[in-house]
Amino acid sequence: MTEAVLRTGRASLDRLPIDALGVLLAVFGCGALAALPFMVAKANRIVPGRPLGLFEALPVPVALACAGVLACAGLVALSRAGARWRLGAALLGIVVVALAAASAADALTPPGNRVVRIAPGAGCWVLLAALGLLAVDALTRLRPRPLVRVLLLAMALAIAISALAHGTFDHLSIMREYQVNSARFGRELRQHLWLALGSLAAAVVVALPLGVLCHRLPRLRGAILGALNSVQTIPAIALFGLLMAPLGALAAAVPLAAAIGIRGIGTAPALLALFLYSLLPVVANTVVGLERVAPAAVDAAHGMGMTRWQVLRGVEFPLALPVIVTGIRIVLVQNIGLVAVAALIGAGGLGAFIFQGIGQTAIDLVLLGAIPTVVLAMSAAVLLDALVESMQRVPA
Amino acid sequence: MIRIEELTRRYGDSTVVDHVSMQVERGTITVVVGTSGSGKSTLLRMINRLVEPTSGRVSIDGRDTSTESAAQLRRRIGYVIQGHGLFPHRSVAENIATVPRLLRWDEARIAARVAELLRIFQLDPAAYAGKYPHQLSGGQQQRVGVARALAASPAVLLMDEPFGALDPIIRAKAQDDLLELQRRLGTTILLVTHDMDEAFRLGDRVAVMNQGRLLQYDRPARLLTDPADDFVARMTGSADRALKLLALRSAAELAAPGPVEELRLASSASLRDALAELVWRGAAAATVVDAGGAVLGRISVDAILAAGCHA
Repeated sequence: MTEAVLRTGRASLDRLPIDALGVLLAVFGCGALAALPFMVAKANRIVPGRPLGLFEALPVPVALACAGVLACAGLVALSRAGARWRLGAALLGIVVVALAAASAADALTPPGNRVVRIAPGAGCWVLLAALGLLAVDALTRLRPRPLVRVLLLAMALAIAISALAHGTFDHLSIMREYQVNSARFGRELRQHLWLALGSLAAAVVVALPLGVLCHRLPRLRGAILGALNSVQTIPAIALFGLLMAPLGALAAAVPLAAAIGIRGIGTAPALLALFLYSLLPVVANTVVGLERVAPAAVDAAHGMGMTRWQVLRGVEFPLALPVIVTGIRIVLVQNIGLVAVAALIGAGGLGAFIFQGIGQTAIDLVLLGAIPTVVLAMSAAVLLDALVESMQRVPA
Repeated sequence: MIRIEELTRRYGDSTVVDHVSMQVERGTITVVVGTSGSGKSTLLRMINRLVEPTSGRVSIDGRDTSTESAAQLRRRIGYVIQGHGLFPHRSVAENIATVPRLLRWDEARIAARVAELLRIFQLDPAAYAGKYPHQLSGGQQQRVGVARALAASPAVLLMDEPFGALDPIIRAKAQDDLLELQRRLGTTILLVTHDMDEAFRLGDRVAVMNQGRLLQYDRPARLLTDPADDFVARMTGSADRALKLLALRSAAELAAPGPVEELRLASSASLRDALAELVWRGAAAATVVDAGGAVLGRISVDAILAAGCHA
């Protein structure tokens, strides 16, 4: 009965020239514009803000133009327009919403006033999320080649960074926080990348031989993968905490350890914990990748007189590489997120802004840490996915 | 020449190859045939030491194979396996160049050898050298697999079910090509198969194995006329053994002086094919001519029937 209703419902939807995801996104977009504040104006960074709708935040003609563009984007999303049109509408919508928020902030900030905080409201964020989903959906349908995806990412980042550098968003509350913390921001960003990439590099150096060992000696495999698996089950905060005591004791007992920067808190336990987390995905994917290599190719390689090392380097490893890089992609994205938590044990990174912001109930400071972290993780995912796909493209 | 002496391989309690001794003459094709689990592949893999023998020895041209490193040994023995085993991430040219690279030939010599082999295997170097294995048909992949095995001109070629993955029509063509290639290059070939027809078609000598033991090693005709035991008789098949025997001999063998007949037969045709053609045409005799059209003699149905008779 229910199934029948669903089927007729589905069939009637199929008959109408309407896109199912578009309906959902359009409903969210309309709801956000109608019911949620587009901007929030606060007299300073602590006090509760005053919610402003789109038409309160912007001069009526500008607000009308903005709403018009969004309505058009909504119609494109609803229709069965081609994926290129949908992508174009989504990107145009994102640019318009971002510029509307920026110009609202410009208009609402009294000249010379550095205390007021004009922040995007919930409606603005929901609109951006809906438009972002529309863009991702269109990109999935377009299936661009790996290089094109990387170029699109680079273009998007270049546009965003040049707009930020140009001062377009300077009156928005997040940029106010950035201006206060600009020197520290660069430092924490570098520290974030160093923690994520350094632990990854160390893990790859250790995990590749470990993976080969697990592949060659099936008896070791259970023990090694089991041990690494149990490390993964320890929550990040607990692992950071667990490492503080032994590393602290090490630093106290061995002066050399202290001299090269090993302490119970800070970079050393963070790097070590991230390193431990990184091992399992790389080892496991190395084992799976090596197992998936065609046995006939390996047999032929041995039969032609390649040494074991030549077989590993020339046949097994290159054929397993796409799967191994998939493991590295998992680790990199995971690490970029975990580094944010490492700020709790004084390791720095963008997480420092997040926890400082939570402590001060300054949501803009939280966003100053969170948004770049998300952008970093997404960029890493796009880059490495493209790398994996371009490697698989040659032969399967 | 490959000399195999008392070669044995045990895994725990089971003996996979049990005291096998045989000799493969230089420049011939020897086929080892048996059911799966007969130990035929293990026997082959002990010759290039992919499997180390438990006991016994193998020598090639008088040299004991255990006196050099396994890798060195394998570089001078060609090896072809079922499903070709080509490296999917390397181009056709790179695949063929594998052993020459291991032997550190210079690039110019490698390139010349790759082009030469591609032409021998009817693959235009300009079109195929840069392709990847997955871009080739099954028959082309198989040819590249053989070309790769022959790259460094090995005196001995080991083939483990080389045509197993091919469909029947391509397989027949691949078998003919192998025979012609072997005649041209004079390579000593040891081939393993489960297919008795393939063994009869290719083998100068055929070895029948069962449960690790070598039951009979002889000329194909002798396997039909004098099977060593019931198993060999069952493997060769008794229902049509007369026809199989005829299939092993050519029309040229029975060409005798006599009047010129209307029907003409190629001298390369087997007696089986000649008989089939005579029956089909309702003729009692035909004239045998060679590839150039010269008359070799006359062949009659009676003579063919007599040749197939083993009473």
